[in-house]
Amino acid sequence: MLNTFVAVLRRDLLLAWRGRADVLVTLAFFVIVVCLFPFGVGAEPNQLRAIAPGVLWVAVLLSCLLSMHRLFAQDHADGTLEQLLLSSEPAVVWVGAKVLAFWLSTGLPVVVVAPGLALLLDLEQGALPVLVVSLLLGTPILALLGAVGAALTLGVRGGGMLLALLVLPLFVPVLIFGAGAVEAELSGTGAVAHLLLLGGGCAGALALAPWACAASLRISME
Amino acid sequence: MTAAERAPRASLFRFAAPQTFYPLAGRLAPWFAAAALVLTLAGMWLGFFVAPTDATQGEVYRVIFIHVPAAWMSMFIYLVMAFWSAVGLVMNTRLSFVMSQALAPTGAMFCFVALWTGALWGRPTWGAYWVWDARLTSQLLLLFLYLGFIALTRAIEDPRRADRAGAMIALVGAVNVPIIYFSVKWWNTLHQGASVSLTKAPSMASTMLAGMLVMAFAAWAYTLAVTLWRVRPMILERERHTEWVGAVLEAEGARAGGGR
Repeated sequence: MLNTFVAVLRRDLLLAWRGRADVLVTLAFFVIVVCLFPFGVGAEPNQLRAIAPGVLWVAVLLSCLLSMHRLFAQDHADGTLEQLLLSSEPAVVWVGAKVLAFWLSTGLPVVVVAPGLALLLDLEQGALPVLVVSLLLGTPILALLGAVGAALTLGVRGGGMLLALLVLPLFVPVLIFGAGAVEAELSGTGAVAHLLLLGGGCAGALALAPWACAASLRISME
Repeated sequence: MTAAERAPRASLFRFAAPQTFYPLAGRLAPWFAAAALVLTLAGMWLGFFVAPTDATQGEVYRVIFIHVPAAWMSMFIYLVMAFWSAVGLVMNTRLSFVMSQALAPTGAMFCFVALWTGALWGRPTWGAYWVWDARLTSQLLLLFLYLGFIALTRAIEDPRRADRAGAMIALVGAVNVPIIYFSVKWWNTLHQGASVSLTKAPSMASTMLAGMLVMAFAAWAYTLAVTLWRVRPMILERERHTEWVGAVLEAEGARAGGGR
């Protein structure tokens, strides 16, 4: 079982490495979305500082969403997914491996870049660790929930937009607690409560989403 | 053969078969529609002519006779939808999926009505059509969940896959609804104080309550009638290859021909 997990993880990471451009596009999208906000709302530093946590988190949501449909699309197209479903290995294991690989190749780079962008928006440096921790806890939830949506919309016409409609409402709690953690840190009330809730959400999603995702893949492939 | 015929008859699940449910839905729907009409008229009469003017809000409060039943119904329908989805996934009954898909448009409609009437009430009362109150926001997100469900089931061509995918997203949504509700509530209390509260005055005239309850029952009856009516053509479409649908369509064609 662990072998399956490691094999699928290595394969997906290798594929992601070979297709580095896709990851770079996601990162570029993230950077550009954040950079658009000062043009829209004005470059007043106080205002930018006030909206920085929300802007960063919304940009993370959108860039995650943008790359989400890629999670199963390629394997679906070349038949790998069908073979994986036919194999005797439990689907939850390799689904978990695929989601982890997706998070490592898409979520983690965004988390790494986010503090730099936060400085662009003049976010206080003291809040940067909280931002990073909230993103580290929050982006896996996005990947896990998004994986369920991606599995359900596999090969459906207009899949990308449909995926957004399906999963964005589900992302709202993550957005609330993620951006809320940074804001709580800035306002001096402490971010621990928000981060604990995010961690709880992450654990819950980790426990439930792979099963839902595996069931969804079966529904989509039968 | 007789045993096979008798067995479903004795069981509660007899009407889980599309063939037996189709005529039942046809028989029940007009009754629920009539009940909805009568109850709506009674509720409107109670609400607009009998119930006294509210001491603090004036006449504006009368929107609750539509607003509150619509809001209740929109939340309740999502639960029923999730229930039928779960039943469908677990017991593999085709009719359950049809039910949940027939319920969704009505749920979305009630959601929209609740938001719309809420906005019309909010303007004179709060001075704004929309505030980011916890209840308003979670109602809006519920509307998005409905729209996602409808969009997903309509986008997938294969009915079997559409059924199951829709059921899955309905269940995922149902798990998330309480999380969304409480997170939004917490977010709201963190951001703005209780400057605006949706809670009504504690003492409510009994005629007001009666009007609201009658309207709530009217909404129930309406939902049942519309859902049953929506289920019928969906059943026919899905079972079009079976003999009984052929017989039904032939009989209806003959009746239409004879009437002319």
